[in-house]
Amino acid sequence: MFRLEVRTSTPAWFNLALPLLAIAATLVLCSGLIALAGAGVLESYGVMFTASLGDSYAITETLVRAAPMIFTGLAVAVAFRAKFWNIGAEGQLLAGAVASCFVGAIPMPGPLAMLLMAIAGAAAGAAVALVPATLRVRFKVDDVVSSLLLNSVIYYALMALIEGPWKDSFSGYPISPPIEDSANFPVLIEGTRLHLGVIVALIAAPLIWFLIVRTTLGFRIRVTGENPEAARYGGINVERVLISTALLSGALAGLAGVGEVGGVHFQVMSDISPGYGYSGIVVAMLARLNPLGVVPAAIFLAAVMTGAEAMSRATGVPAFLSDVIQGTALLAMLVALLFTAYRIRRVGASQ
Amino acid sequence: MSAVFEQIFQVGFLAAIIRIATPLAFATLGEMFSERAGVLNLGIEGIMLLSAMTGFTATSLSGSLWLGVLAAVLTGMLMGALHALFTVALGLSQHVCGIGVTLFSSGLAYFLYRLIFGQQSVPPSIKGFQTVPIPILSDIPVLGPAVFNQFALVYMAIIAIPLAAFVLYRTPWGLSVRMVGENPRAADSAGVSVIATRFQAVILGGALMGLAGAFLSMAQFNAFTFGVVSGRGWVAIALVVFGRWDPWRSAGAALLFAFVDALQLRMQASGLGHIPYETFLMLPFIFTIVAMAVMSRNAVAPSALLKPFRREER
Repeated sequence: MFRLEVRTSTPAWFNLALPLLAIAATLVLCSGLIALAGAGVLESYGVMFTASLGDSYAITETLVRAAPMIFTGLAVAVAFRAKFWNIGAEGQLLAGAVASCFVGAIPMPGPLAMLLMAIAGAAAGAAVALVPATLRVRFKVDDVVSSLLLNSVIYYALMALIEGPWKDSFSGYPISPPIEDSANFPVLIEGTRLHLGVIVALIAAPLIWFLIVRTTLGFRIRVTGENPEAARYGGINVERVLISTALLSGALAGLAGVGEVGGVHFQVMSDISPGYGYSGIVVAMLARLNPLGVVPAAIFLAAVMTGAEAMSRATGVPAFLSDVIQGTALLAMLVALLFTAYRIRRVGASQ
Repeated sequence: MSAVFEQIFQVGFLAAIIRIATPLAFATLGEMFSERAGVLNLGIEGIMLLSAMTGFTATSLSGSLWLGVLAAVLTGMLMGALHALFTVALGLSQHVCGIGVTLFSSGLAYFLYRLIFGQQSVPPSIKGFQTVPIPILSDIPVLGPAVFNQFALVYMAIIAIPLAAFVLYRTPWGLSVRMVGENPRAADSAGVSVIATRFQAVILGGALMGLAGAFLSMAQFNAFTFGVVSGRGWVAIALVVFGRWDPWRSAGAALLFAFVDALQLRMQASGLGHIPYETFLMLPFIFTIVAMAVMSRNAVAPSALLKPFRREER
């Protein structure tokens, strides 16, 4: 028999090794599906790697895709730190996209437009996240369920906009009007799609790390999450911390939507997010809720997504493999996390 | 007013409510069993999707509808067991594991579907369940044709509600489920295996979620599309809260939601042309959130919900 035994201390190298272990386990587990599809496992992973990280252009494409997941990953990490179960990053992202598209379509000088887009998008995301937080604080409504249901509400609201008032009357396509050219985020490297928003995302991660680890609000967020009773006893207004956390988390998720509008699509369509909000949960868990870890975790998932499409073209393995990899990575990471708190000890049969 | 009244009590409208309520009733009862044992199953959305896929595929390949249902139920049980392995045996976070199970099973559903059927411009379809009138009962005016001229799976759902109540409140196993959900320590002292009971409840819940998925792809749509579940699993989780973790109330909540959804469909069809139809699609979700806010004041969740149980940590 085996049993789990509480660890008294966690070795430091675990912090780095666990996510890598989880990722390795995921790739091994998912190779079964590649084999099932009748393709070579190493060859398929090889194509994925080359197509996502193989040359400088591929790397920029992967970074462009990682940017929204850095934001949603940070959003989830911040929320989960306070045990505010924000599963609504997807809806908050969509709200941010819509708001920034609305602002970006107004003619004004470029830098001003980008700034206002960011503010509007963050505010919209924060406003959406405020709903589950308020419902939890005021009415004790489970935040998981309400934030999940809101995703559907926001999605249909977006669809109503692009099928209704925003619908392209010329082509009849359900897409919003494009933002002003001047509001398009500048491209940093000629010939790639690497836009300003990607750099903002990369800068956001250390800023949020600083906020969580070094500021009073960050301290309150952590204490509220770790032990709300102790937090309350220590004079922390837990309800207010939850609301602040929700606003911060929603704003970050909203910025993910801003980047997609300003830097990638320049308008809003129904599939503007292929589930970046949910991927944020995977990213945050792989990062062990550490804002700095969010960056490599998001890049990993982005590489999987970018690579899966190329793999699908080259080997015929359905690109949905990337979704399976995401789910498996999340579950593998959870199991890996178990080993930070517990060790497996063999116990004798006499026990 | 009387015109609205007439609309609502049309046979077609009542039948629509029943059909919308059926997968929700299965899913809600499934989630209820799981939560009554102390395990939140956020995997429900993905489990329903994967079951809808396996049920559809099994029927499509074998030509047998009931083989499809069996495949869907087994899929649900398997994914339930997976969720239980993570949350019950290993004691990991129920929230995050559930999302993991949903991501994993929806990814797998799409992956396998594409692998089996390839990319087709027109999605393959099956000849799904047909309505079976029940003699005599189906002759009752209005109610008869709406309720007693339905798919076999609808009748199963109608039977499942009292059966679930009986199992939960009148059988020793139901007592064990309620005990491990309320007070696992006491249940353990009384000789009930917390781990085994929770596993069984989550697996039973998965079977019911599988039936919900089977209904969607094999009776309602007769095809597997990416939007086949579209949030119904999440709604079921809310309906459990709304139904206060009771089989009868949960089924009632499913009916109420189905009523709002059917009404929304009528409003879409009734020529309120200038309003985009998505506005109406939002209504059931908003309704559910508002209803939860109203009901949550006196809703009492099983006390051990979300709390893992480890015997050695007394």
